[in-house]
Amino acid sequence: MGATATAQAVNHSHEVHHHEESFISKYVFSHDHKMISKQFLVTAILMAWVAVIMSVIFRLQLAWPGEGFAFTNFFLGDKWAPGGVLDPNMYLALVTIHGTIMVFFVLTGGLSGTFANLLLPLQLGARDMASGFINMLSYWFFFMSSVIMLASLFVEGGPASSGWTVYPPLSALPKAIPGSGAGMTLWLVSMTLFIASSLMGGLNYVVTIMNLRTKGMKMTRMPLTVWALFLTAVLGILSFPVLLSACLLLLLDRSMGTSFYLSDIYMAGEALDHSGGSPVLFQHLFWFLGHPEVYIVLLPALGITSEIISTNSRKPIFGYRAMIGSILAIGFLSFIVWGHHMFITGMNPFLGSVFVFTTLLIAIPSAVKVFNYITTLWRANIVLTPAMLFSIGLVATFIAGGLTGIILADSALDINVHDTYFVVAHFHIVMGMSAIFGMFAGIYHWFPKMYGKMMNTKLGYAHFWITFFCAFGVFFPMHFIGLAGAPRRYYSYSEFRMFDGVVDLNIIVTAFAIVGALAQVIFTYNFFYSIYRGPKAVQNPWRSNTLEWTTPVAHMHGNWPGPLPVVYRWPYDYSKPGKAEDWVSQITPLEDGEEEH
Amino acid sequence: MMKLLILIVVVLGILAVAQLARVYELTSRLRGKREEDISASDNRFNGRMMWLFLVLYFGFFIWLVVRYKDKMLPVAASEHGVETDWLMDFNWWILIIAFVITNVLLFWFAGKYLYNKDRRAFWQPHNNKLELAWTIVPAAVLAVIVIYGLRTWIQITAPASPDAMVVELYARQFDWTARYPGADGGLGATDVRLINGSNQMGIVTRESISTRLAELDVEISATDSMLAHAILAKTKTAELTDQVGRMRRNKSRIINLRTLMELDIAEKGVASAYMHGADDVVIKEFHLPVRKEVKLLIRSQDVIHSVYLPHLRAQMNAVPGMTTTIKMVPTITTDSMRTIMKDEVFDFILLCNKICGASHYNMQMPLIVTSAPEHEAWMAEAYKKPFQPAPAAPAPPGAPVVPPTDTTLVAPAAVAEANTTH
Repeated sequence: MGATATAQAVNHSHEVHHHEESFISKYVFSHDHKMISKQFLVTAILMAWVAVIMSVIFRLQLAWPGEGFAFTNFFLGDKWAPGGVLDPNMYLALVTIHGTIMVFFVLTGGLSGTFANLLLPLQLGARDMASGFINMLSYWFFFMSSVIMLASLFVEGGPASSGWTVYPPLSALPKAIPGSGAGMTLWLVSMTLFIASSLMGGLNYVVTIMNLRTKGMKMTRMPLTVWALFLTAVLGILSFPVLLSACLLLLLDRSMGTSFYLSDIYMAGEALDHSGGSPVLFQHLFWFLGHPEVYIVLLPALGITSEIISTNSRKPIFGYRAMIGSILAIGFLSFIVWGHHMFITGMNPFLGSVFVFTTLLIAIPSAVKVFNYITTLWRANIVLTPAMLFSIGLVATFIAGGLTGIILADSALDINVHDTYFVVAHFHIVMGMSAIFGMFAGIYHWFPKMYGKMMNTKLGYAHFWITFFCAFGVFFPMHFIGLAGAPRRYYSYSEFRMFDGVVDLNIIVTAFAIVGALAQVIFTYNFFYSIYRGPKAVQNPWRSNTLEWTTPVAHMHGNWPGPLPVVYRWPYDYSKPGKAEDWVSQITPLEDGEEEH
Repeated sequence: MMKLLILIVVVLGILAVAQLARVYELTSRLRGKREEDISASDNRFNGRMMWLFLVLYFGFFIWLVVRYKDKMLPVAASEHGVETDWLMDFNWWILIIAFVITNVLLFWFAGKYLYNKDRRAFWQPHNNKLELAWTIVPAAVLAVIVIYGLRTWIQITAPASPDAMVVELYARQFDWTARYPGADGGLGATDVRLINGSNQMGIVTRESISTRLAELDVEISATDSMLAHAILAKTKTAELTDQVGRMRRNKSRIINLRTLMELDIAEKGVASAYMHGADDVVIKEFHLPVRKEVKLLIRSQDVIHSVYLPHLRAQMNAVPGMTTTIKMVPTITTDSMRTIMKDEVFDFILLCNKICGASHYNMQMPLIVTSAPEHEAWMAEAYKKPFQPAPAAPAPPGAPVVPPTDTTLVAPAAVAEANTTH
């Protein structure tokens, strides 16, 4: 009742205002969820390029340690790359900022920010987000935090260099590493703004889902994208404040002489005052966010994939309720598994056992999701659009990365692979590749909705296949480098003989990384070119059931020109027996005697 | 020139792709084909690519295993390492079976059930029996993995036996130091405030306390007089004021420590941890005897490091402000390993495996595992250089001890350096 009343009120006010908008209010400080979604996406693409170039620079160093590259020198200059040889401190800085940008700015801000903003009102049948103003603030906080993160690259001493997990004392003491000076301060400021942005976004998403569903849009009729974005927002709201407090305590330790994380440290010729703190406390706080963060990154991608696989298989997603159940289970369990990042910190072994148990529990809902995707493909009628290819790619990376996760979750086995390249391989495949594939899938699928144009399919194919081969070419051999015992975050592996046998693997990895990075040029070109010159999209190019495809192609405030659509069925009536078409929109009423599903 | 050429080639390449795409787009528009209509031939091409990918994926996997099998870590050189290696293999077999089944189904279906407008997909929204099956089967398999995993974990993390040999590993940017207990069998207490040039682990003895106090007095008065008399930049004054404040606080903490030490010694006598320090052996070498249980005490001076002994399948973080421990039983001597590896200069290696700064990648120390008699001989040699040679007569508590000249030099040197900076 309340929801309907609000919706009507919004509808009413919409009809009253029909003034032309200025450039500023339309493109810059827009309150419109579709514009904000595009702002998030374009910012994320630019940030992703920064992180990709960083990865190419440090991959060059890892393949040919100590050699000079004009490429490196071009980006870093003579201070950080004299003669094109990467400085060891800068190497660590690049690794840190690459991780920070990819995890937070691309796969959290970019993925949730883009698709929650775009899809929630459109798929729920709402005029806009619950609060357009807070939504706008959310983007501009994200923008400011991106700018500050990029600014930190240019300060004296370089950007934060203690790894994206910024464990103190390394991150707390500028004397331990130059990046822990001004660069680290900016990192913390940037993350604080980022967290504020994420919380404003998250609250808005939850409120929108709870209150602004159109008539007939029961929770059990929501598309799985909405379900996934819903849980993502809840996870973010519950876990990001903990990272905020961790960051604030770190800021106090750095600047105000407190000792939350520091104790008994002797550095640069003197014993520091700090006494009684514990660096392990920071790790607990960090990973209390850090592990849900993995699912904040992954769930939207899985939601997007569920939608795209069902649409392009022309077949209902298999086990809709099981999919919702597994999203809920993953969401809940993700809060009680953080300790698996800390098996070798000296944590009580019994506590370690508990985390082993909870972590392996989370593999069950994950397995259910994989089997359901595969079963959806079974006897389907598959249209291999670029979005569909990326979705299938996601399932493949989710399988590969999920399975190695079982090794890492097993504390006894984790001892010897902890912090080696095995871990790097694992999380890049399961979190990095899966999430980015989900993001690409979403972009290809909803581009017509975002810009009213179509992206070039052939370029999409080229982009997918090169990226897909390169993703495995980069990260599959890394498992072997890790099993040879090679620690991560090493500037070079040639200081001793132990890793001589896997040196050529590093060259293979770098070669694939460079080709994979170049493949993203295809995507970027396709994306920006299609915005301006792509062929015009039709209203429902993929013959999809969900509500966003019932809106007009040209964007308008309020999304639907007339009254809000009314929903009569779940979103997955594809190839339903007895129907003329192989799809039935959610706004089509049930026929007499028709079972809902 | 080469750079310019490469740049030109890249730019031309991008332009060529762009033009090709444009031509393709225009022709398809002329033919009235819409971008979202995926032609049967495109669909078939991508479906076949799925199958090709599956073959190449598995092929790559097999190639990597065959080519790099011998480049992986060699046979485990510790008792628990043999156990975890077995567990690892056991897990791999389960995972590879799951990996093959799921990937084959995924890519096979993706290439097989391609769109055909005359056909409808199979209407199958759910199937409770199937869903129950693939909840229960993974749960059962995971239960097995958990049970085996935790069994091993509990063995590995159980407390070391009381007669295990104790060795301390001490990490700092960017090297390792080992400490072996002296003839009294115990390691002395340590305190970070006692660290100086001759006591880099901060071992607590009556002598090291008085040395450090005397040193601090010299440093404090030197800094004080500099603050009083020298003309300094504002920032320098602030820095020195800070520094001298820290020195004073350190001094009072050391005095507290001395009180605690004396109370502890009065209570426990020679059993007190404060009495064990003088004969400890502090050494930049890491030797262990084979087939003897060893308990490693791990500490750090500055940031988090991690003791990583890949050949012994052992790892534990070194965290400033706390002591972490692991236990293990080395089972293969360095010499035998050299024979096994057919490599005459092979060494076990201790690596740092937690990002710790610029030279993280080179923070390493060889580990020498020898037979018990060889180890005894090495220890006997090492004992000749204890941390503090026993004094002729024990100094009375609190009595001023004339510090060794080499440590007093630190203070004037620091002052001289400060004077030259402006």
